[in-house]
Parts: sequence; C-alpha cells; structure tokens
Amino acid sequence: MAKVSQPSAQADLPPAHGPGATPWPAQQPNTDVFSRQFVSGDLATRATLAALMAQMQVLGVGHADRANAELILAEALNNVNEHAYASQPGPVHLIVHIRQNGLACLVCDQGAPMPCGQAPDPPLPPMEPPDMIAEGGFGWHIIRCLSTDLHYLRSDGWNRLSFFVPFGRAD
Amino acid sequence: MEIVPYRHAEGLVIRVNTARIDAAVAIEFKEAVRQAASGPGNPVILDLSQVSFLDSSGLGAVVAVMKLLAPERALHLAGLTPSVAKVFRLTRMDTIFTIHDHAPGGTANPLKAAG
Repeated sequence: MAKVSQPSAQADLPPAHGPGATPWPAQQPNTDVFSRQFVSGDLATRATLAALMAQMQVLGVGHADRANAELILAEALNNVNEHAYASQPGPVHLIVHIRQNGLACLVCDQGAPMPCGQAPDPPLPPMEPPDMIAEGGFGWHIIRCLSTDLHYLRSDGWNRLSFFVPFGRAD
Repeated sequence: MEIVPYRHAEGLVIRVNTARIDAAVAIEFKEAVRQAASGPGNPVILDLSQVSFLDSSGLGAVVAVMKLLAPERALHLAGLTPSVAKVFRLTRMDTIFTIHDHAPGGTANPLKAAG
C-alpha cells in the first residue's frame, strides 16, 4: 500500500505563491481566511463545513450565502472523496478567503488527477425515460452553476481546484 | 436517522427527521426510506421539512427511492426548505417530482421565510 503523507506536514502543502501556485486575486482588506487540513472522508467533510459555516456566521455572512457556500464546497469535497481518493483516504487542504463580495476557495488534494487534466463540465444527466433518470452526476453541474473563475491545476502531485463563490447572486 | 411513516388519506407520508442528507448518510437514508415505504399507500409523500441541507448524494438517494417505487407508486416531495429546493431547481429535478408546499395535514415550512 502506498504511504499516505500526513496532511499536517507543512512541507506537503502546495505553494501559496510562486511557480505552480494557483493564481489568487491579491489579498484584500476585510478578508478573513479559513484554512483546514484533514484526511479525506465524509465525516471530515461534514466537520470542515460546519467549522467554515460557523466562521462565516460570526463574520455576519447571511443565511442564503452560507447555504450556497456549504453546497458547492460539499460537492467539491465529495468529488475529492469519491474520485481523487477513491481507493484510499488522503490529505486534503481547504483554504477559503472570506471576502465582502464572496468566497475565494482553493481545494487541494494528492489523489488521482482529474480526467484529461481538466475540471469536468458535464451536461445534466438524462431526465427520461423515468427508469433512466440518473442518480448521480449532478455535482459538477452544481459547482459550475454556483461558482465563477473556476480553475484546475495539477502540479507537484497536487490537484488544485480554485473557484469564486459570489455572494448575493440570484439563482 | 429518524424516519417516521404515517398513513394519510392523501397517501403514505414519510417524515424525515434529520437536518442533513449528505454523502455520509445517503445510503442509510435510501434504505430507511425504502423500508418505511414498504407499507401501503400511494403516492408516497416524502416530508423534507426538517431537512436543511441536501447535496447531490442526497439527491441521488431521493431519485433512487423514486425509481424503486416506480411504476406502481409515485414519490412526491413536500416541505422543501430553501436550500433543498435550490438543489432540485439547479438540477432541474423539480421538473421530475411533484412537489407540495407542505405534507398533508402539515403547515407550510416556516424556514421558507428565512430564505
């Protein structure tokens, strides 16, 4: 079995700046940062989202924007659990810059790369006939619907998925 | 996970007394609802008024239950909170299900006002 590096090991973190770093918009005033490293898994995803929701609530982010953020990040982290780490759990690092106009999110993992080196952009699964309605395949659609500026990068053994979740957007 | 089925003149109502239907509980939820739906009554009306969070895993479980019941029985949904309604809307699943504002005998979801 391949050794899983510990998520707490600072040396394993993807670079925040410099070559290979996901392009971040410059740090702005009034920005709070949520950063958490954990081992992938459904319950770890729950705990991480609960902690982020609590921090957003303290900062005064409204209910609808928190719910939006929880949904899209749940989908992104579910993908890590189900696809990147399909065979065994591994380290995940979630960084969320909480800004006044939305969330700049970065999800990092050391699991399998995304297919074709790109973040999927699938059409909605078929809706008919009734017995053929899909039970899955909605996650990326939800992520794409609720985010802007989505980028995927594979470098140094890390998947880096970044996106922005705007606040106050009607759906 | 507490799943409470009860008969009503309008069908078999299954009340889901949990706040989250996510990847951690989707399989458990599907099995619990399948068992609760084993009693008579048509349509089966899933009361989701206590569910504040549902992701695509939870959505898939709801769809799976619908397909298990078909074609003899229909699965309706009731009492969707704003966050849950949004998932159905984004995925166009709101066009597949009959969705009631509230379960038979219940009142409209008070959480709706918070959306």
